[in-house]
Amino acid sequence: MAHDRSRRRRDLGRPAPWNDARLRSLGLQAAVFILLLALAAYLAGNAAANLSRQGIATGFDFLGREASFAIATTLIRYSPADSYARALLVGLLNTLLVSALGIALATLLGLAVGLARLSRNWLLSRLALVYVELLRNTPLLLQIFLWWDLLRLAAPPPRTAWRPLPGVFVSVRGVYFPVPVYQPLYLWMGVALAGGVAAATGLRVWVRRARAGRPPLPAWIGFALVPLPPLAVFLAGGAPHLLDVPHVTRFDFSGGQSITPEFAALLAALVAYTAAFIGEIVRGGILAVSRGQSEAAAALGLTRGQALRLVVLPQAIRVIVPPLTSEYLNLAKNSSLAIAVGFPELFAVTDTIANQTGQSIETMTLVASAYLAISLTISLLMNLYNRSAALVER
Amino acid sequence: MGSGVQDRPMIELRHVYKWFGAQAVLSDVSLAVARGGRVVVCGPSGAGKSTMIRCINRLEDHQQGEIFVDGMELTADVKQIEAIRREVGMVFQQFNLFPHLTVLENLTLAPIRVRRMSRREAEDLAMLHLERVRIPEQAGKYPAQLSGGQQQRVAIARALCMKPQVMLFDEPTSALDPEMIKEVLDVMLELAQSGMTMICVTHEMGFAREMADMLVFMDRGEVIETAPPDLFFTAPRNERTRLFLGQILRR
Repeated sequence: MAHDRSRRRRDLGRPAPWNDARLRSLGLQAAVFILLLALAAYLAGNAAANLSRQGIATGFDFLGREASFAIATTLIRYSPADSYARALLVGLLNTLLVSALGIALATLLGLAVGLARLSRNWLLSRLALVYVELLRNTPLLLQIFLWWDLLRLAAPPPRTAWRPLPGVFVSVRGVYFPVPVYQPLYLWMGVALAGGVAAATGLRVWVRRARAGRPPLPAWIGFALVPLPPLAVFLAGGAPHLLDVPHVTRFDFSGGQSITPEFAALLAALVAYTAAFIGEIVRGGILAVSRGQSEAAAALGLTRGQALRLVVLPQAIRVIVPPLTSEYLNLAKNSSLAIAVGFPELFAVTDTIANQTGQSIETMTLVASAYLAISLTISLLMNLYNRSAALVER
Repeated sequence: MGSGVQDRPMIELRHVYKWFGAQAVLSDVSLAVARGGRVVVCGPSGAGKSTMIRCINRLEDHQQGEIFVDGMELTADVKQIEAIRREVGMVFQQFNLFPHLTVLENLTLAPIRVRRMSRREAEDLAMLHLERVRIPEQAGKYPAQLSGGQQQRVAIARALCMKPQVMLFDEPTSALDPEMIKEVLDVMLELAQSGMTMICVTHEMGFAREMADMLVFMDRGEVIETAPPDLFFTAPRNERTRLFLGQILRR
């Protein structure tokens, strides 16, 4: 007995190094790290050797050279004489545009689909079910092509374009619409708008603090504060305006701003596809909130809409946000499928550059970094939001 | 108040039936509760007690018979249901407080949104009722930070903030640890003494004897016996009531 106990005490004091859990895990991690490093060095060495054998330049010098290819849809001024770097920026902005619009619209449609799935209305819930099963069980690439074909087949040629409003043309070339030409005064209108928003926010805070308990002021007072200042500036500045109106040329349009069929097809496909997944996430989130919550809300006399908005959804959000984040990431990354219909987003532009320069490693590294940055930003924002929506437990 | 209003029962069930599939969970249930009446419903589990009181604010719908609350009949009319729910407070076995809102927000949500009270008015009312259930100091906390007994008292205060005419209690102490049962029952006793019309499903027979002016014994979806407490406990007429009381009072 006495002998046993003393030995156990010695064992507790210091184990052999290979039995020490902390040393073991350190050693294991060091081994993995060294292996990875060796593998990377081997591959990099091979790539360098292959590139120099094929006479392909390396490095990022090409970014400053002239791109010499046209891009159909640009948010900023761009011509083939601009650099590759600017072409990449055009592509990145297009990706950001389609991702941001896609995420916003897919969220709204997804919420509607999720609520429809749970509706007591038999027809509505069945329709939502069919929508979800159809959209999430067919390839996204196929859906993009389908939307593209639909848009091109259903629309008339440019000469007989639909004109739903003066200056607006809908045709196989997409939707063309007039845009105001920039005036210096617009900058000051922007400043006035910001001032109006600040004033409305200030009023809201003041109402909450100083007028607490008294009946709230009508909402329109706050809303009126926002558009009035820019309008006043516009009128005071002599109301300068000039519209860039599109007009029909022989086979196409010139002037104005356009939504191309490629962009419309990509956006519609991304939104419709992702909304099917988001709908299921919303449905799951709502079902995860216990029945007692909506019963308690009903028992207090809240309407079904109020119960959903004030009681159920705020709790469902906690369950919804993590999987919703990964849907947002999917949408942003799936926008690279635009290359199939020729919408010039980041990946399509990068692909052209890689073909022209042969520097696929550099270009693909750039594009990967860009997607990584977009994804990490989305994740970060969603995590911040999720933290603010978390429940206080104790 | 006119005598007509006084005479009409606050709550009346006439020959109410409800089925889940082929099984009748409520079978020819009739019950009248006068204004200020204090009813305790007891019976073995599965007797339809909870289902019966959940029909009174339409958390469950009945399939046959009539239910009147303060003279209004419960039908599929959504506006009518909302009007009745405003007058009928309910306390659940599992509390069902809103976990994302503070105690104060739990109490002011419905008065502001449903009764259209101003925030200050609703908060004053909420503090009044939190004092009534003796936890005003917890107003800023979230439900998960409170004990079960405290949560149930908050739930009672939340229902009272709607100034209901009737309070329904669905086994309010069944999910509580034994040492917390008394604090909740005490609050309910005070409420009973204030003249509130109450219907309470409970197994706490000592409390029932003290609070109720009428006891209802249910079994297998039927009302078996209805009697004032002294008769109910000392001279139950029905064999099944006697059996149930024998089992439950032996503890």
